Amino acid sequence: MTAPAMAVNENPAATARAPLWRELVVRVPYIWLVVFFLIPFLIVLKISLSQTALAQPPYVPVFDLAAGWDGLVAFFTGLSFDNYRLLVSDPLYALSYVKSVEIAAFSTLVLLVIGYPLAYAIARTPPRWQAVLVLLTILPFWTSMLIRIYAWMNILQHDGPLNQLLLALSIVKEPPVWLSTETAIYIGIVYSYLPFMVLPLYASLQKIDEALIEAAADLGAPRWKIFWLITVPLSSAGMVAGVLLCFIPIVGEFVIPDLLGGSSEPMIGQTIWMEFFGNKDWPVASAVAVVLLCLLVTPIVVYQNQTMRAVEQ
Amino acid sequence: MHSVDTKQAFAPVTEPSSRPLLRIESLTKRFGRSTVIDQLSLDIYEGEFFALLGPSGCGKTTLLRLIAGFERPNAGRILLDEVDLASVPAYRRPVNMMFQSYALFPHLNVQANVAFGLKQEGVARREIAYRVAHILSLVKLDGLAKRRPHELSGGQRQRVALARSLVKRPRVLLLDEPMAALDKKLRRETQAELIALQRELKLTFIIVTHDQSEAMTVADRIGVMNQGVLVQVGPAPEIYEQPKSRWVADFVGDVNLFEGRLGEDRRSVEGTAAGSLHTTVKLDATPGATVSVAVRPEKIRISREPPLPAPANCTTGKVVEVSYLGDASIYKVRVAESCVIKAALANVGGGGYRVAAIGEEVWVSFPADAAIVLTQ
Repeated sequence: MTAPAMAVNENPAATARAPLWRELVVRVPYIWLVVFFLIPFLIVLKISLSQTALAQPPYVPVFDLAAGWDGLVAFFTGLSFDNYRLLVSDPLYALSYVKSVEIAAFSTLVLLVIGYPLAYAIARTPPRWQAVLVLLTILPFWTSMLIRIYAWMNILQHDGPLNQLLLALSIVKEPPVWLSTETAIYIGIVYSYLPFMVLPLYASLQKIDEALIEAAADLGAPRWKIFWLITVPLSSAGMVAGVLLCFIPIVGEFVIPDLLGGSSEPMIGQTIWMEFFGNKDWPVASAVAVVLLCLLVTPIVVYQNQTMRAVEQ
Repeated sequence: MHSVDTKQAFAPVTEPSSRPLLRIESLTKRFGRSTVIDQLSLDIYEGEFFALLGPSGCGKTTLLRLIAGFERPNAGRILLDEVDLASVPAYRRPVNMMFQSYALFPHLNVQANVAFGLKQEGVARREIAYRVAHILSLVKLDGLAKRRPHELSGGQRQRVALARSLVKRPRVLLLDEPMAALDKKLRRETQAELIALQRELKLTFIIVTHDQSEAMTVADRIGVMNQGVLVQVGPAPEIYEQPKSRWVADFVGDVNLFEGRLGEDRRSVEGTAAGSLHTTVKLDATPGATVSVAVRPEKIRISREPPLPAPANCTTGKVVEVSYLGDASIYKVRVAESCVIKAALANVGGGGYRVAAIGEEVWVSFPADAAIVLTQ
């Protein structure tokens, strides 16, 4: 208790300046969040409570400072929950949400099943090779995602390399249709998100002390039991991080389903895009986005809790 | 006064009837091109507390890991109860190890950590609970069973690791630098407890340490290792009083070494930096051979007056350095241009009394039986 007090007494000039500096540094992330997250969110929230209109911007009411008090009253009375009522009444939206969550959940499961052995293998290779393998994992990021998805369109098309290979190996007699199917969406998502699953898993697996594995073997556990009793629980933080890092953005994914999937059962990202740019209905699109955000808050909070627990330990 | 159990002589080695529990036969382990264990043979007996002592990198931990089964030897055999362990994987060996880092499972509490080994054996639940509680009380951890490792102090964690490795009652318990992370006082206490525990459980312990006082305190026998070879094996007094080589004499304890030629009578050594030195043992070597005389600092006497009756080895010199250690002081006396003798004298007098001050001319002497002649 005395040490900080002494430090303060030693240099009064520094103490006068330090809090200001510290406050500023601490506040930078908050300022960032307010400017780039909270304010845009409030704008979207406001638009979601507005009505569509043939105007510029395409909704009413618009906040008018010049109108004074009456303008303010008119603004607030003009807001309504009509758009949210529409989301509930029209099953198109509910189906779109369910579809998104379904695709996100299943592809996250596939990612975990593929990513875990991959991360485990990287973590167990000699250290000098680990860096190379991690680099190879993130290598696809060096090319634009859009280009990579276009490449997949090419691979998956009717006379594309995949079908040619399958025919050459006599696995299929007739070239199957890949594009505009759900399978194509899964292929694109799993391919694109694999690094987001592998990296946190690798980080937590690589941290596991080799002595713990040896201690478990020493105490009589065969390899498969060591894996279940030691490795898996100790990499749970990495699993949670990987699952949420994939699941949350996949729910809102737009590019992959738009380019590789069909339009019969749109994911929520496609629905938002359609409302904004197809129907020019900004308020409904905003309402869809706000509901999506509320849905995703739960896993985000879970992730936050997990990270906090990990930090505490 | 608190009486500490002194170690009784453990002498199965000298009894021809006893056969070793653990037998290591010309074991060799290489990592790449460097040989870490070189043709090492060693017998360890049931109920023995054996210490592997050596500088870091001498291969002592590797030897322990070979016994535990974490490493495979390039040549040689390890036999436990006359069974070759070569084909027995680590998880089936009736041997447990206490790791230097403790290696406690961070996601399990103390209870689950200690119970882990018993669960693997398929011991009944009630018996696991009983045995875990028993071992936890033995290591004085009762009441902490529900804590996680990160909620414990370093000393408590060390006890959990010890309990976890003991609870399966291994045929041999391997301890890898078990007290390296403890402070000096706690280490002393833990050493005494370890001895008591080993006696009570009647188990065979092999401890790896680089701390010679720790090895001497706890072990019945010490194996001194250097560069993958056991250079000397024996009880602590033998290692200290009759080292086999200059290296052992120098590594275990402090020592003054004088190099010279063996005299005609094969009892004296001539031409050392401190002149001719006399010993009691007649050496089995040809006169004129190059040998070394080793004398422990505490066996050297310093006086202002010539000592009477005149000891076998006596010379004069000037005190160049005095280090006060509390219980003793180390005096460095220059007896010749190229020869400084270290002497350790107990500070028996009160009030900071000193035998001699820096710069003073003193007599340095030691009896003939204090001198050990080494040919290696």
